Amino acid sequence: MGKLYFKKSSKEEKNVQPRPAKETIEFLLSYSKALNVVEYQNMKFETLLN
Amino acid sequence: MNNTKVTDASLVRDYLEGNENALGTLISRHQQRIYSFIYSKVYDKDISEDIFQDTFIKVIRTLKRGKYNEEGKFLPWVMRIAHNLVIDHFRRNKRMPKFDNSGDFNIFSVLSDGDLNAETQIIKDQIESDVQELIKELPEDQLEVLTMRIYKDMSFKEISDRTGVSINTALGRMRYALINLRKIIEKRNLILTN
Repeated sequence: MGKLYFKKSSKEEKNVQPRPAKETIEFLLSYSKALNVVEYQNMKFETLLN
Repeated sequence: MNNTKVTDASLVRDYLEGNENALGTLISRHQQRIYSFIYSKVYDKDISEDIFQDTFIKVIRTLKRGKYNEEGKFLPWVMRIAHNLVIDHFRRNKRMPKFDNSGDFNIFSVLSDGDLNAETQIIKDQIESDVQELIKELPEDQLEVLTMRIYKDMSFKEISDRTGVSINTALGRMRYALINLRKIIEKRNLILTN
C-alpha cells in the first residue's frame, strides 16, 4: 500500500533531463549521410541512398 | 574534440563541406534545449520525439540544399523551425482532436450525446420565445434583415435581392440589429443563456 504513495524525491526528478532517444539521433545521422542533393539546371533533386 | 571551442557557424560550414560528424556535434550540443522546448509545449514524449526528428530533417534538407543563410544564428533558426512544427502539430490536432483513454480519466464518461434534456429544452424554448418578442422592438428595416437571415436562413445576397438594397446595406442593418438587440437585453437586465 505504501508503494502507491511513494513519490520520487524532487532531487531525483530534477536529474532526469528530457532528451531525445538515442535511436532518433542515430536515425538523423543516418538520414543525413544517405541524403544527397543533386543540382541540375537550376533544379535540385534529392536522392536517398541505401 | 572540445565542442565548446568550435562555433556553430564553423560546424555548419564543416557540415556543408561534407563533414558528417559536424552534424553529430551540432545535434548533441543543442538536442537537450530543442527537445525540452518542444516537450514544454506538447507534454508528450512520443510527439516531442517526432517533432524533434522532423525539425532536424528540415534542418538537414535545408543545409544540403544550400538554402541556409543565417550564419552564426544556428540555434535560433532551429528553434524557429521547431516552434513552427509545434504550431503545425496543434493546428492538425485542432482539426482532428485525439482522445487518449489510457489514463484514469475516460473522456466517454463525461461526453454527453448532444441532445438536450427536458430542463434545458424548456429553457431553450423560453429563450427563443423571449428573443422573438425582443426583436419586435427593432426598427422595421433591421427586423426585416434579421428575420430573413436568422429565421429564414437566407444569404445576404438573397436578402439584398429581396429587399432591393445593396449587400453592404443589408450587412450594416444586420450589424445594427445585433447591436440594438444587445442594448435592449442589457436595458432589461435579461440573461439569455442556458
